[in-house]
Formats: sequence, C-alpha cells, structure tokens
Amino acid sequence: MGVEGIGARVARKEDKRFLTGKGRYTDDMTVPGMKFAYFVRSPHAHAKITNIDVSAAKAMPGVIDVLDGNQLLDDGIGNLICGWMIHSKDGSPMKMGAWRPLAVDTVRYVGDAVAIVVADSSAEARDAAEAVVVDYQELPVVTDTAAAMAPGAPQIHPEAPNNLIYDWEIGDGSAVDQAIASAAHVTEIEIHNNRLSPNPMEPRATLGIYDSAEDHYTCYTTSQNPHVARLVMSAFYNVAPENKLRVIAPDVGGGFGSKIYIYPEEIVCLWASKKTNVPVKWVSDRTEAFLTDAHGRDHLSKVKMAFDADNRITALKVDTVANLGAYMSLFSSAVPTYLYATLLSGQYAIPAIHANVRTVYTNTVPVDAYRGAGRPEATYLLERTMETAARELGVSPAELRRKNFIRTFPYQTPVIMNYDAGDYEASLNAAMQAADWAGFEARRAEAEARGKKRGIGMSCYIEACGIAPSQAVGSLGAGVGLWESAEVRVNAVGTIEVLTGSHSHGQGHETTFAQLVAGRLGVPIESINIVHGDTDKVQMGMGTYGSRSGAVGMSAVVKALDKVEAKAKKIAAHLMEADEQDIVIENGEVKVAGTDKALPWFQVALAAYTAHNLPSGMEPGLKETAFYDPANFTFPAGCYIAEVEVDPETGKTEIVQFVAADDFGNIINPLIVEGQVHGGLAQGIGQALLENVQYDSNGQLLTASFMDYAMPRADDLPSFKLSHQNTPCPSNPLGIKGCGEAGAIGSPPALMNAITDAIGHNRLTMPATPMKVWQALQTAH
Amino acid sequence: MYATSYHRAASVEDAVQMRNAHEEGRYLSGGMTLIATMKQRLAAPTDLIDLRHIPTLRGIRIEGRRVTIGAATPHAEVAGHAELRALCPAICQLAGHIGDPHVRHMGTIGGSIANNDPAADYPAGMLGLGATIVTDRRSMSADEFFTGLFETALEEGEMVTAVSFDAPEKAGYAKFSNPASRYAMTGVFVAKTATGIRVAVTGAGSNGVFRQSDMEAALAGNWSPQSIAHINVDASELLSDMHGSAEYRANLVKVMAKRALASAG
Repeated sequence: MGVEGIGARVARKEDKRFLTGKGRYTDDMTVPGMKFAYFVRSPHAHAKITNIDVSAAKAMPGVIDVLDGNQLLDDGIGNLICGWMIHSKDGSPMKMGAWRPLAVDTVRYVGDAVAIVVADSSAEARDAAEAVVVDYQELPVVTDTAAAMAPGAPQIHPEAPNNLIYDWEIGDGSAVDQAIASAAHVTEIEIHNNRLSPNPMEPRATLGIYDSAEDHYTCYTTSQNPHVARLVMSAFYNVAPENKLRVIAPDVGGGFGSKIYIYPEEIVCLWASKKTNVPVKWVSDRTEAFLTDAHGRDHLSKVKMAFDADNRITALKVDTVANLGAYMSLFSSAVPTYLYATLLSGQYAIPAIHANVRTVYTNTVPVDAYRGAGRPEATYLLERTMETAARELGVSPAELRRKNFIRTFPYQTPVIMNYDAGDYEASLNAAMQAADWAGFEARRAEAEARGKKRGIGMSCYIEACGIAPSQAVGSLGAGVGLWESAEVRVNAVGTIEVLTGSHSHGQGHETTFAQLVAGRLGVPIESINIVHGDTDKVQMGMGTYGSRSGAVGMSAVVKALDKVEAKAKKIAAHLMEADEQDIVIENGEVKVAGTDKALPWFQVALAAYTAHNLPSGMEPGLKETAFYDPANFTFPAGCYIAEVEVDPETGKTEIVQFVAADDFGNIINPLIVEGQVHGGLAQGIGQALLENVQYDSNGQLLTASFMDYAMPRADDLPSFKLSHQNTPCPSNPLGIKGCGEAGAIGSPPALMNAITDAIGHNRLTMPATPMKVWQALQTAH
Repeated sequence: MYATSYHRAASVEDAVQMRNAHEEGRYLSGGMTLIATMKQRLAAPTDLIDLRHIPTLRGIRIEGRRVTIGAATPHAEVAGHAELRALCPAICQLAGHIGDPHVRHMGTIGGSIANNDPAADYPAGMLGLGATIVTDRRSMSADEFFTGLFETALEEGEMVTAVSFDAPEKAGYAKFSNPASRYAMTGVFVAKTATGIRVAVTGAGSNGVFRQSDMEAALAGNWSPQSIAHINVDASELLSDMHGSAEYRANLVKVMAKRALASAG
C-alpha cells in the first residue's frame, strides 16, 4: 500500500475537468452538418392513435424531416425488449407487451414517443413538433399499483390479461405457513415503497451519426453500459450489425440506474440519421427526464414474520405487487424478483421464507433499477418489520436483531443467496456506540422539554453486489453474462493504459482503477490512464451498475495485470540473467529479489517493444486482456442509525444525527467511498422524507418538475458519522464488496423507524413529509 | 422558449414607450417567474422590456420612519440594507429568505408583487405592512393592489415603480416552505403599525394573499402569541394540493402566526 495505491485517500483525478467545466458530455459533441431532434410525445396516458398528420410540420422553417412509427416499422426496426426472462409459478413466460420506439397505434403513458422532428435548430424542431397533428382516441387509465389488477381495470397490453406480467414465487410456501401457524408471535405489516424519479444531474442525450459511405453508425449516448447498448441495438433492434455500430458514452453526469437501459431516443436518432442523411442530436430537457427516464421502486407488500417464544424468527412470508409501468424496460423484470426477494433473509437466520411477487402494467413511465434496485425494497420491508416486531414483543430493536443475526459463514439462505462473509454485530456495535444509543432516553427527555418529539431508529441492511456470476444469472433468466473485461496496455515508455468495460459516470474509476495499477507496479498514478466508454476502444464490457465495477471490473484488471507482470518478469529475468521466480516488481522497478540488480519499469517495457533481446519465442509487446467472471455475489452489509426530532406543530422532521457503519470489505479509496456513502444516504433520506412520484387519476404526472418533486438539498441533511468494518470478500482477488448503493439501501428504514418511534405509532408511509407526519400526529390521539 | 426580443429600458418613459410599441410585450424585472414560464412555452411575449437597469427604480430611501423601495431593487439589497434592518428587520429577514442567492440577486420587489404568486413572500410583507404601491400612473394601498391569484390592480401596461411604508412598531415574518419548491406553503407577516394590527397570510389562500382579520382583532387587544391560541383558522378558503391540504395549511397559518409574533418581540 503506497501513497497512491489501494487504501490511499487519493483526490479524484477526473475532478479537475469536472470542476472547471472541461468535462465532455454527449451534448458537448458537435459534428459537421449536425441537426437537432425533438420528439412529439403523447399528452395522454392511454389512447389510440387514429391519425398522424405531419404535413404542416414538414413545411415549417428549418425542418429536415418528420418521421413516425409506421416508417420505423417499415424499416424493420424492432421492439424494445426486456432482457431478463421471468417465468410465473405456473411455468408460463412473462407477458411482454410490444414497446415500439415510436408508438404506432396506441400510446400508454404521458411522454410515450410518437414522432421525431429533425430540424436545423432545436427551437425549430420544437416549433415543428407543436405543428404535428396527432388524433387520439382517449382510453381509460390506470396508474395505481394496487388498482392495476382490479376487475374492470383498463387493459394496457393485449398480451397481459388483467395487466399481470408475471406471478412469481420463491421459497417454501408450505414450510412458511406451518411456521406461522405454530408461531408464538406473528408480526403483520403492510409496506409501501414509494415511486422515485432518478434525476441524474445530466439529462439523457444522444447523437446519432450515419456514414453512408461506410454504411456505419456512431451513437454518442448517456449510457452506463455502451457495450450492452451496442449489443441490444444490433441484436434486437436491427439498427445495424455490431461491427457497423460504434457506441460512445463519454463523460456522463450520473445515472443511478436510469442510464443502463436502451431508450427509444437512441434507436430513433440513429435510424433518423440514416433516413435524413444528417447527424441527429437529441437532448432531453428536465421535464422530459421526469416524463421518460425509468422510475424506481413502487412496491406494495404484505408481510408476516413469525417468531418462537424465544423471539427467534421462524418464518417470513411476503406478498408483493410491483408496478413496472407501461412497458417492460431492459432489466425491469429482474428487479422485483432476483434483486429483491433473494435478499429477504437480510442479516438474519430465517429458516423458512416465501415470497410471491406479481408485477403489473400501469399507464406510467416504465420502472426499472434505480440505485439499489430491489435491495432497498427488501431492506425497507425487512427492517420496518423487525422494528415493528421489536415494539410488539416489547424488546429492544437492537437485541432482537442481535439474537437473529447470522453468525457463521458461508451461510445458505432459503432464497438462493449464499453469504460468504460478514460480521453484522461488529457494525451494529460500532453504530450504537457512535450514536450513543445508551444515552438516547436522556436526549429524548431533553427534547420533550423543548416541545420536540425525538425518536431513534436503526436498520441492518445487506445487499448483493458485484453483479454477477454469469452462469448463475443465466440459469435465472438473464439474457447476458455479467462478467467484466480489462485490457492493460503498457506503452513502450512504460506508461499504462487500462481499458475497462466498466463505465464511470461519477464513481471515480479514473482514480481507483489507476490506484490499483500504481500500487501493483509502484509507478506514479499520473502515468496511468483509464480508458472506458467507447466500443471502438474497449472490446467488450458489461458496464457499471449494481456496485459491480470494483468487485468485477477491477478484478478483471487484476487478472490482466497478473499476465502483464508475468511477461514483464520473464523479460526482466532474461535481461538480468536471473531466475524468473526471483523477480519482483516494486517501486517502479523490476528487481532480482535479495540482490541490487534491478531494471526500471520503463526499460522492461521498452525491451518488450524494441524486441531486440527477448526470451526465445516470446512475442513482442506488453499488453494483456482478461475477462473476469465472479464466483459469487458480494455482500456488503452494515448498520445505520437515525435520530430525529419532529416538530409536533408543523410535522417537520429534523435529522439530528445519522450514523452509518458499513462493511464494504477492503476499501480502495476511503475518500471516494465516503463520497459514495454520503450520496447514497442523501438519496435514501430523499426517499424517506421528500421524494415521491405522483400521477393524477388521468395519468398526468403531477411531479414533473423540481417545483413539485422534492429533491434532498444540503440543508435537509445532517453531517454523517461514518465508520467501516472489514470482513474481506473471499470471492474476489481484492477482497472488496462494493459501496455504491448501500447508503440508498440502508437509510430509508432507519429514518422511518426513527420517525415512527418519535410519533409513537406506525401509521406512516414514505415520504414522511411534514404534512403526513402532522396528520399522523393528529390521528395518534 | 419561443423567440423573443430583449430590450433594456434606460428610463421609465423609455420603458413605457417600448411597452406601448409592442402589444404582446411584457415588462421584465428579474424574470424569476416569467423566464421560467417562457422556457416551458407557457408564455410567449414577443418583446421583453427589462426594467432592472432603470436608475430611478433602484434603491432604498429612508426618510424618518418612511421607507421607499424602488421596484427594481433586488431582494439581496433589501436583505442586506443596514439602515432598513435597524428600522424594520422583518422585511429584511423576509427578503433574505426568498428563493436562493441567485434568485435574491436577480429577483426584484416590483417583479414579485406585480406577479403576485400566491406563494410569494413579498405580497404578505406589503399587505402586512399596509404598504403603498406606487406605479407610473398612481398610488394605491396594498389592500387594493393584490386582487387574486397572480392578479393585481395593475392595468395593461402599468408599471410598479416603488413601494413605500411607515416602519412598524413591531413586525415579524415566519414561513413554512414547500419541501420541493421552497416557496411559502404558508407564510404569515404580522405588524403592529400606527394604524393598527395587520396579519397577512401568503401561500395558503385559494385567492392569494389575504388578511387574517380574527387574528388582527385578537392581537389588537393584546399583542402576544397567546392571544391567538384560541383561534381556529377556517380551512374552507385555503389552498389544497399534494404538498399541503387545506387543514394542514390552516394549522400552519396559526403556527406561523405564533412564530412571527414571537420573532417580532
């Protein structure tokens, strides 16, 4: 571990360009002849399209062309797909309704794209879009998760009767029912996980460039996984074969999951570029982002948790309805199933678990993975239930958790996951100590004297990250493998380029990946460049989501580095006439251990490229590629404690302290990890206190701007108290687990447990806005 | 935003002339609402006549206890004016909590009251202080000026040039912000003036800013938070939206009134 190696607090290399406005985002890309697109979108949540008249629009100033869904269909462009097959418990495959990139006969949510206008300027494109006359025949609408399957509810896709996409289950239902029947106590609770809008700072954007001379397409796009975008666009949408399609995701300003998916706009702009023979750029405005970026969460669940007389959990039964919106987005089916129900054991030894999950269509924006993706829903459900059980049983919430913790590893849960390492009590103890849990009652009394209601709540979360072992996810229905690739290219002068299939859109890979290499070779971090986000540069990759880039992406770099080092050692042994086994690489030198014989790193690299004196039969060059497929998920876990004061007159909650004790395994860069936790906590606190997507009964999005969608701001948040415990992950070479989502996963239940503690009852749903808390206080008496 | 022409007026006369020349033109005085509305294509003035650079519309003048604030004075200037703060701290505190620093350096008092957003702060301040609103044509009381949601007594092309008021004996303002927009979900301005007690409420009324007369009557007897403790605010005329029901706002009117009184001393 050096000053720039693993474990060092290295300031982010990429921040200079971000902080000085030198980032290069998709909207910064300009190419000769470029024109601008504006999408005509449905103002109705559900309607038949009876006619589209583009003649007036085409005659508008600056308009190149106006294209609609029928033309797209005629050109053989395919439907958008969901890439993870889920089968219902009766064996039938999920009911995937057709999602046309441009709607042809029916629109199913407000914002559904209907036509594209290409014009000389974006203002002219927008003017012309207003002149496109679309005749709609309005249809009845359903937006509410609970109402979607009700008798008589409007039918959204002919393929999915009762709007039911699948009715899936996991676990042993009869064992659970028996345990509940013979339980000493059963806690029952209904859980609502509110719908969220991701709101990355950079809205989505795309630039489609068709080169007619080469019959080649280039797509600049705001993607978390450009290779997956290329694969899907070529294999499923017939945009172009892979070798004729280059996808570039340059600097990307945040994603939180919402930029994993392939949206209609990328496909349509590439196709429109060919149709119009001009490069076509589209940039979402903030309203379009609210209307069309995939939302997150939106679960309704009924829970039963059974305990024996000794307060040990004997069973958990969960019945969940999840809203997937109007169409199945790319990974939407996996979120409420394998990313959710497989985590329902939490940190606890639960002998029997059964979950039934039904997903439904509604006339709303598609719902897919959003920071945490399924795991926040599982954690919220479980930790609200544990807190409720502790209150019902009259025991300390900490002691109830402590009693039920899993303590031996590996631990096979009843819901697929095999936990490899952890020490949940260590995080619990650290958090309770940092929060001065023992001193809470005195603080509560002091607050009471000031007229404030003080409450404390905890949450012990676990998540599955490092997504994911390819064979395992393939057996569960995934359409892709979830390995990662890396290429380490040592230049002739010893500087290094690392090409990774991971994609950095705020995570700091340009720093952490370089730290790994700097630490291994002992070379300056400035001599290492990280290359990502371009399918012409990086051969293949699966991108960044699910806290996978460290555990999977960096492990691939380790494997490639192993190969580079092995070759460098062979070269050095040859040059220094030493035994290969005696060569070590450290501090920028390739040395013969125990001697003063050494070659500078750059000299070995140069020797590889001059090839004047290489071992017999060795190929010149120093460049290696590796693919790493993880053996297991990783399991970050921790304990969060929130302490709040509620103003009973206004219902406003103030977070007076927030403690996070996380076990992420080994840590590459504490500075970046802390930033990730801070950001995750802010998003989780946003969900618990502020954020909520709301539609009206006609399917109009009421929260379509920051005037109505409450994002957390700095003054909504306390200073966080962080600590780290460490049980290294045994399944990857770096012992790391991932930290990108933990904050968003663990914090909502801690806060809701604290607020419900403060107000003295449980009848409160997220977000705990001042009005809802005030209303809850009125009904308490 | 639709295409529009921007004009920077040098004087009130200049501005009026330009406004008269453009039937679909609008005055711009900070644009904190108008520009956002135009960006959403919900407003499409052909011409914008910017009033912020007219020297006679800017600045704060104090003569004895009489305060005059030019219509194009930005909120930050009101918030940071030491002499005004000594005379009427409540109006400085109100101005200092409008929007964010960007808004406070662009937005103006004239722009705010001419727009009369039902959740804006200044209408409560002006109504609570019993201010006089001065235009290029006349003067009127705040009670006459604010007529409804986004509605004022301003006639077509009429321009607010200043507001003026006598510094009250005591005044206070408390607001509860909408968690998303940070506009006032309910804001209450209380003032003990030479002509009587005034309690003005913004953010809560379904017809915009209004005076809470039962509180004024109660406070006339005894200026203290306890005097209004028995009052139940009628929710029937209050706004109800996803952030705050009418009942919740009714509660906030009372709570914010109490806090405004406490801050007023």
